Amino acid sequence: MIEGVPALLVVVPILAATLPLFLGVRYDRAGWSIGALTTTALFALALWLAVGVYTGGTVIHQLGGFPRPIGIELVADRLSALVVVLVAGISAGVLAYTRRGGPRGNSFYSAYLLLVGGLLGLSLTGDVFNMFVFLEITGLTTYALIAKGNSGESAVAALKYLIIGTVGASLYLIGVGFLFLATGTLNMIDLATAIPAAEGGYANPLVLAAFAFVFVGFAIKVALFPLHTWQPDAYQRAPDGVTPMISALVSTVSAYALFRLLYTVFTVEFLVATPYVTEIVVAFGSVSVLAGTTLAVIQTEIKRTLAYSSVSQFGLVVLAYGLANETALIGAIVHLLGHAIMKGGLFLAFGVVAAKTGARTVDEYAGLADRAPVAAGTFAVLGLALVGVPPSIGFVGKWFIAVGAVEAGIWPVAGVVFLSTMLTLAYVARLLEKMYFTPSPARGAYTPESPLATDGGGDDTADPAPNAVSAGMLGVAVLAALLAVALGFAGGVFQSMLGPFVEVVLNG
Amino acid sequence: MLELLATRYAYVVFIVLLSVGLYMVIASQNLVKKVIGVNLFQTAIFLFFVAAAYVEGGSAPVVPKDPAGPTGLLVSPLPHVIVLTAIVVGVALTAVGLALIIRIYTEYGTLREDVLREVRADD
Repeated sequence: MIEGVPALLVVVPILAATLPLFLGVRYDRAGWSIGALTTTALFALALWLAVGVYTGGTVIHQLGGFPRPIGIELVADRLSALVVVLVAGISAGVLAYTRRGGPRGNSFYSAYLLLVGGLLGLSLTGDVFNMFVFLEITGLTTYALIAKGNSGESAVAALKYLIIGTVGASLYLIGVGFLFLATGTLNMIDLATAIPAAEGGYANPLVLAAFAFVFVGFAIKVALFPLHTWQPDAYQRAPDGVTPMISALVSTVSAYALFRLLYTVFTVEFLVATPYVTEIVVAFGSVSVLAGTTLAVIQTEIKRTLAYSSVSQFGLVVLAYGLANETALIGAIVHLLGHAIMKGGLFLAFGVVAAKTGARTVDEYAGLADRAPVAAGTFAVLGLALVGVPPSIGFVGKWFIAVGAVEAGIWPVAGVVFLSTMLTLAYVARLLEKMYFTPSPARGAYTPESPLATDGGGDDTADPAPNAVSAGMLGVAVLAALLAVALGFAGGVFQSMLGPFVEVVLNG
Repeated sequence: MLELLATRYAYVVFIVLLSVGLYMVIASQNLVKKVIGVNLFQTAIFLFFVAAAYVEGGSAPVVPKDPAGPTGLLVSPLPHVIVLTAIVVGVALTAVGLALIIRIYTEYGTLREDVLREVRADD
């Protein structure tokens, strides 16, 4: 029974993505309802799958009933089940925002559902080539969603992302080709045993080249430091309703896929046996952490600040991959999930503030606590969580990573984590100071640029205030803040949930 | 070196095409040419897969209904399937990219990256 769930999770959103366009011919506002119904159903399915995985062990779905070396598998283990719940939950939550605040039109909801399908496929696939296909589905829909913005700037940002992202995915495909030449299989679990059995084992030049291509390809998708240049533009120029979705999920799922490739396909033996690999991964991550936070501090646009902050947070995750011990890996996973909730919530709160007051830069946030107290409070809580103030999910992740660095005997890395926390505090504290301690400018200066057009949510002509914020928009941001704090108490739970999984990953 | 060129020329062409495509993406100021560069980059990868899958004297993997099983050398169909899928992905990407370029052109009236940068800086 539960074996069918992974397939449903991938197929349902992709099929449902056609409905808004088809039904949109007859009903103008079909999109939001279809999106909400589908993502809610997906969230229920994801929870069912997660319960099944945590009580009954790994769930494997063989597509078409063909067994492993020939057929294609969808695999849900402890880690992918968590990521699936995250993807389904956040995609359902962001819809509560887009009903009033987000981009409109049935084509938007079609692309949105396709994006959810791609992300779920990326989380569940057990096959390295299918991973490429889902990566491209995710990429294509992300480019389209970013271009939904009103200005030409969003088209420029989307094209930049398209070109860089395509090169990244293509590099990954070359890596897959090398792996296939070296081993003759594409299944992840088979590859784990086939790589050491290949001619030359881990020192086989094909395997080494494959690793290099795969890592660089994913470094582009995850937006590590020198390869991050698409990300600030993409986050800044995307519509306010789209940024939470892509910031919370697209890079997160790519980072999860990188974990899969490093630890399920290449395995920890490869990382340890090959000289300099872990050092390179740790160094890459550390540089990202420091460069990302430094660049974040000097930005004046809040969306750009948050985008550069993502560069540093993903640097932290990749750095923990390179440490390759149990504590650091648990930290990486917790930080990955926590960052999705925190950054998604921050962009949601930003969208609420922008819709209500029009404030988009640090200076415009002056006195925000008077004008939009709830949104400002949400922003403050999530910002502090991002810094890593306990109790919050941000603290739990950073703590595990720092302890992991000490356990691995690499002290400077713990210093990097500390320094990045200080720099994160620098840009968050600047915002807090503006919001709570700087007097508000003259009231009534802001008029919305254009009255918001109608959406799927009812008759807007009856709405007196065109820039009003709906309860759903604010509610989902507050929910993210509450989750970020509540999960801060769950450090022990995460350890007991993920400990056995990570142990298997590390010890085979 | 000459022997390499003579026996592994498909891989050499793969590397050359890949480099030319990447160079076009980076160095060309024209947005359409950048998209062409991306296409060239992907085509090089298709060539790589096709070249890797070529088997001297191999036949198509269509197994006849023969109780004795297939005779002779068969070619693995997997790389070809991968190339077909990748071509579809590439076509979709080109379509989205060109659509974005049309939008940029109607908005800014230029296809050149340097002009575009100036126009956006003026705004």
